[in-house]
Amino acid sequence: MSATTLPHDAAGHHGEHHPSGLMRWLTTTNHKDIGTMYMTFSMVMFFLGGLMILLVRAELFQPGLQFLKPEFFNQLIGNHALIMIFGALMPAATGFANWQIPLMIGAPDMALPRLNNWGFWLLPPAALMLTLPFVLELFGVGDGALATGWTFYAPLSVQGGIGVDFAIFAVHLLGISSIMGSINIIVTIFNMRAPGMTLMKMPLFVWGWLVTAFLLVITLPVLAGAVTMLLTDRHFGTHFFSAAGGGDPILFQHLFWFFGHPEVYILLLPVWGLVPHVLSTFSRKPIYGYKAQVYSFIAIGVLSLIVWAHHFFTAGLPVPALLYFMYSTMSISLPLAVLFFCWIATMWRGAMTFETPMLFAVGFIVLFGIAGLTGLVLADVAADAQYHHSYFVVAHFHFALFTGGIMGVMTGVYYWLPKWTGHMYSETLGKLHFWLTVISFNLAFMPQFFLGLAGMPRRIPDYALQFAEYNAISTVGAFILGFAQLLFAYNIWKCIKGGPSVSARVWEGTEGLEWQLPSPPPHHSWDVQPTVK
Amino acid sequence: MSSSPAATPGQAHYFVPQPSIYPFILASGMFMLALGFILKINQFPAGPWIMLAGAATIITMLFKWFGKVIYENQTGAYADWEDRSFRHGMIWFIASEVMFFAAFFSALFYTRNISVPQLGGMLAQHGVTLWEGYTGGWPTAGPKASHFEPMAAWGLPAINTALLLSSGATVTWAHWGLLKNNRFQLMLGLFLTVALGVAFMACQAVEYHHAYTEMGLTLGSGVYGATFFMLTGFHGFHVTLGAVMLTVILLRSMSGHFSAERHFAFEAVAWYWHFVDVVWLLLFVLVYWL
Ligand code: HEM
Ligand SMILES: [Cu+2]
Repeated sequence: MSATTLPHDAAGHHGEHHPSGLMRWLTTTNHKDIGTMYMTFSMVMFFLGGLMILLVRAELFQPGLQFLKPEFFNQLIGNHALIMIFGALMPAATGFANWQIPLMIGAPDMALPRLNNWGFWLLPPAALMLTLPFVLELFGVGDGALATGWTFYAPLSVQGGIGVDFAIFAVHLLGISSIMGSINIIVTIFNMRAPGMTLMKMPLFVWGWLVTAFLLVITLPVLAGAVTMLLTDRHFGTHFFSAAGGGDPILFQHLFWFFGHPEVYILLLPVWGLVPHVLSTFSRKPIYGYKAQVYSFIAIGVLSLIVWAHHFFTAGLPVPALLYFMYSTMSISLPLAVLFFCWIATMWRGAMTFETPMLFAVGFIVLFGIAGLTGLVLADVAADAQYHHSYFVVAHFHFALFTGGIMGVMTGVYYWLPKWTGHMYSETLGKLHFWLTVISFNLAFMPQFFLGLAGMPRRIPDYALQFAEYNAISTVGAFILGFAQLLFAYNIWKCIKGGPSVSARVWEGTEGLEWQLPSPPPHHSWDVQPTVK
Repeated sequence: MSSSPAATPGQAHYFVPQPSIYPFILASGMFMLALGFILKINQFPAGPWIMLAGAATIITMLFKWFGKVIYENQTGAYADWEDRSFRHGMIWFIASEVMFFAAFFSALFYTRNISVPQLGGMLAQHGVTLWEGYTGGWPTAGPKASHFEPMAAWGLPAINTALLLSSGATVTWAHWGLLKNNRFQLMLGLFLTVALGVAFMACQAVEYHHAYTEMGLTLGSGVYGATFFMLTGFHGFHVTLGAVMLTVILLRSMSGHFSAERHFAFEAVAWYWHFVDVVWLLLFVLVYWL
């Protein structure tokens, strides 16, 4: 059967009927619509997760218990993390993938459009699963949401209430969603590239996502297995994590972090892919070290699968295991350093201008560098014994996830939003947003390094008097940071509604297929595939 | 199979389906199933009913969605380009399933080689006895669990291995029939495969019954019972799914679907069946035998 015998109405594109209103979004198979839904969902979750943690920071403003019951405090921190990671960051990255990958590789759409829609529509139910127990508790049902922290450690999670069950199934839904999304992305990249676009001609953003998608397919099923064992330990009498039956709580940590460590690279690789495009555009120079960056992505992806136990050095591992996990963890900084070098070399002697995306990209490099360096400190077994489970770790991973992840996403949003909407956002508001974000971020999280060094443990609603000043500063920073994000939302909203029109290339230094399409791109972008030379 | 060159510009037209409500309803059904299950295990009487509604929604949607895909396929919507997408998709789906089983195999490895020996070796290593008389060793229900009899490899499980291995052969034989355009061989091969799969499930049911009623081997029999039932249970669940999928393929073969050149669905199910087969071999060696 050849393509020429396609009956017209079965071919989808022709005689198409487009449901409008809500039905458009419920039923869509279009990669741009689905990308938009992912981005919107991500934004909503970003504010929800932010709201939760502002409550936490308000409680931590002063020592003593002010506003929150400790039980509720515990529920807030775990759900903040799950919502930010699975609700805000991952969907934002998937939103970029949906919007950009077909445009960048010259594909008519994602390879499996209905699967794509299914992947998205599993997310709102998962978010509901996480938040429903908060509401149920108000009606006297159950004892609130997951209160174990986002890591679900046994035996605490074996003993917890109904919130743990809800979180387990939220993780299942999120996992299925991400696996389906990843399969779709892998298939699209392998099967839908324009003729002539070899793997080594693919944009770096697409490479970053390819490695990410592999990591998701490999690690998420293991998390699903781990929470399934947790479920059976809770309700069906198994002893995976109980010494009484020959099991071991540490087993849970192994399984969780086999997923959890690659997860941090899952969150970052798409961003590492997009930042070089921005740097190159605003330095008006080609990307430096394309191949080196591709190989670094692959190296980081592979290494991330074999370093997981650095998250529980203090749990009592044998010394050879400690040494192995220490050295393997540290070795990740080599390919990471290659990336940093390439980013800086891309800007070197460029004709740089600092529009908002470029500001965010440069801010990303500087602040994310701090995350990498403090990671090396934590990777040292001897030092980690002191810093583990302290605010030092909290500061480390927020420098990684907020500046590396969220600021990277903001880089991409400012960079591509004009392409998507056909309008320019407000540069003034964008710059204001950038400076407020960077300053308040440091105000919020830099003190946490010192708190951690001084010995303040994480995940507690009350603390010793000596930590009071830094906590107060941190809370002030956090509130400014939170409210500054309203500017971001407002700027995006305005840009969708209107604003100066932009050209197809949007920025003068852009390269790549997506900039050859008009802004905004038509509903079906590459109906006829371009040829890449 | 999919040997045609990559689409050249202006020639091929990739099939992008019309908007569809199935994915949304399927996701809602999954939400209901999960919600009902949570309520059920926490003793809320509404639980089973919500589960039932969810399961019914899911099954209906699977029928509709796959039905639609089959219809599109039969009316010629898919060419080699689309076919390749399905193939890649299936391969990576199976890869994710492999990793799901890997989690449970790791739990088996960890408990058997690390946590149980450690618990048993407390006295030698640290000079303490946490549990009087507990010395580790495998199989074990752990220091505090009840007595049980482990499952022997060379009874029913060996027969099961023979059943599944032959079913792998018959499905390949059916494939040969399809390639030669010998429809009878195709259908007979598929029928035998389903029959062998059902026989396997029956034997598993007998084995579970025996374990629970006579051997004292349950999910609660420490890490041995937990890993035994979780691994074989998830495997059995996958065999069930595989048998259902094979039945669908058999019915489709009977109504004349598939040709010697184009039969992705057949191959996808055959891959899945071989995957289930390989998992069983690992199970037989690591869970039953060694
Ligand atoms: C060279 C780079 C890095 C190294 C060597 C490193 C090392 C570590 C180590 C050893 C810990 C455990 C600390 C403890 O709990 O005592 C840790 C925690 C963490 N790291 Fe990193 N890290 C690096 C980069 C990153 C990046 C890029 C991200 C995220 C995008 C990240 C996210 C996290 C998170 C989320 C945690 C804490 C999770 C939790 O306990 O809740 N790290 N890191
Ligand atoms: Cu890590």
